Amino acid sequence: MTGHTLLHIDGNLVRVKTGSSVAAALRVAGGMGAARTSVTGQSRAPFCGMGVCQECRVLIDGRRRLACQTVCGEGMRVETSE
Amino acid sequence: MTALEHCDVLIVGAGPAGMAAAVAAAPSGASIVVIDDNPVPGGQIWRDGPGASLPAAARKWRDALERHANIRVCSGTRVIAVPARNALLLEDAERGWRVQWKKLILCTGARELLLPFPGWTLPGVTGAGGLQALIKAGLPVEGERIVIAGSGPLLLAAAATARAAGAKVARIAEQASFAAVAGFAANLWRWPGKAAQSVMLADPQYRTSSRIASARGSTQVESVRLLQGGREVEIACDRVACGFGLTPNTQLGRLLGCTLTAEGAPALVVDARQLTSLSDVYAAGECTGFGGSERALAQGTIAGYTAVGNERAAKQHEAERARWSAFAAQLHRSFALAPEIRQMPQPDTLVCRCEDVPFSALADCTGWTDAKLHRRCGMGACQGRVCGDAAQFLFGWTPPAPRPPLSPVRIATLAGLVSEDGDRQ
Repeated sequence: MTGHTLLHIDGNLVRVKTGSSVAAALRVAGGMGAARTSVTGQSRAPFCGMGVCQECRVLIDGRRRLACQTVCGEGMRVETSE
Repeated sequence: MTALEHCDVLIVGAGPAGMAAAVAAAPSGASIVVIDDNPVPGGQIWRDGPGASLPAAARKWRDALERHANIRVCSGTRVIAVPARNALLLEDAERGWRVQWKKLILCTGARELLLPFPGWTLPGVTGAGGLQALIKAGLPVEGERIVIAGSGPLLLAAAATARAAGAKVARIAEQASFAAVAGFAANLWRWPGKAAQSVMLADPQYRTSSRIASARGSTQVESVRLLQGGREVEIACDRVACGFGLTPNTQLGRLLGCTLTAEGAPALVVDARQLTSLSDVYAAGECTGFGGSERALAQGTIAGYTAVGNERAAKQHEAERARWSAFAAQLHRSFALAPEIRQMPQPDTLVCRCEDVPFSALADCTGWTDAKLHRRCGMGACQGRVCGDAAQFLFGWTPPAPRPPLSPVRIATLAGLVSEDGDRQ
């Protein structure tokens, strides 16, 4: 797994190592990798890292998925819920 | 109507237990389907990715899984519901479908016990095993200062992964006492391959009788306060990884009607053949109680052989299972959580991260149902998996009964709950 993958996060082009999770790409995109805003307006980033807590849920190509359990694909469009 | 597929043996989870179960069952010629919610087999412990260096054992098991034409692995797949007695409703990124099984082996693993403390919702706070998983999947942490806290050998494993990825581990705070950890380390020679872990006490950043007081920062973690043997210290850092051991994943087992253990963190009850309380459902690995990958491999092997009627082969792995079960017992004794851990949350600390329910709102609740109905605790996307475990530890509440869908699901998949006779669920 060498090489890189390019994907869009909230419209910005992000370059990650091929095979990286979308959670990793969120961090590369900026800050600590915020994925969503909580019901009281707090910023949340990937937390459990293994598909349990749902904090890293984002829209990937229009479908709600977990960033920590999704591998980045070339040209993928990721939208955080901010 | 969703598609319906059939198999002899359906295995849920492709960690060490699930892989071993499939490989043991394969020579019988049975049709075997292994489903797993991660992108590739290996479970949490053998998670692959651009930041992972897989041990030889992990490769060996993965290769074995690929060698058998009668094993089909469905990665990126979640269990949604139980539409009929011998069927599961599944969903992956593309579709929803049903699988009908003759024997079912639950290898659903464990999740980290994540407990609330002030600041635990800040970006930059993760689980300890969680951090390890994220780094293996490519999370860049080079140059970050990381504090790791909580309990158990997983803290050391997370520290090793973080350091290998170029992070500076500023502190490893273990809540257990020096005597408990030293006792554990002194006994490690009894289990092959584990002696190396005894160097934990030599790590210059390792502290015992230490726990997290709070993580601080405005929009992300900037520092952490620790209580080290009663003394408070503040450490500037970019990231905090905090985990308090592992909790068995029993949701699917409970939904099927499997009996749970009465003591400790609820786990699926199994007999010597790894059979649950149901006559055609087996369980192996961490969902039967936390015990490590070697025990999971032995249990999975026994479950796989027994499910295809090869009890003689299964028996040959009983001694190995007993050896690693003794290791697990030692682990549980040594890293038992101190009662003071219950004092971590402050009144305004959120317990339910999905619905932002603070600790103060739960203090006068009578139990889980009360908290759920009146405070919305556990009503969010994680379905109480995080706050349910926390509430059980903090208040002694019985965890919520799992209900379908077991995971957030697309509407099209839910159509699969309407089975042929049209009257289910």
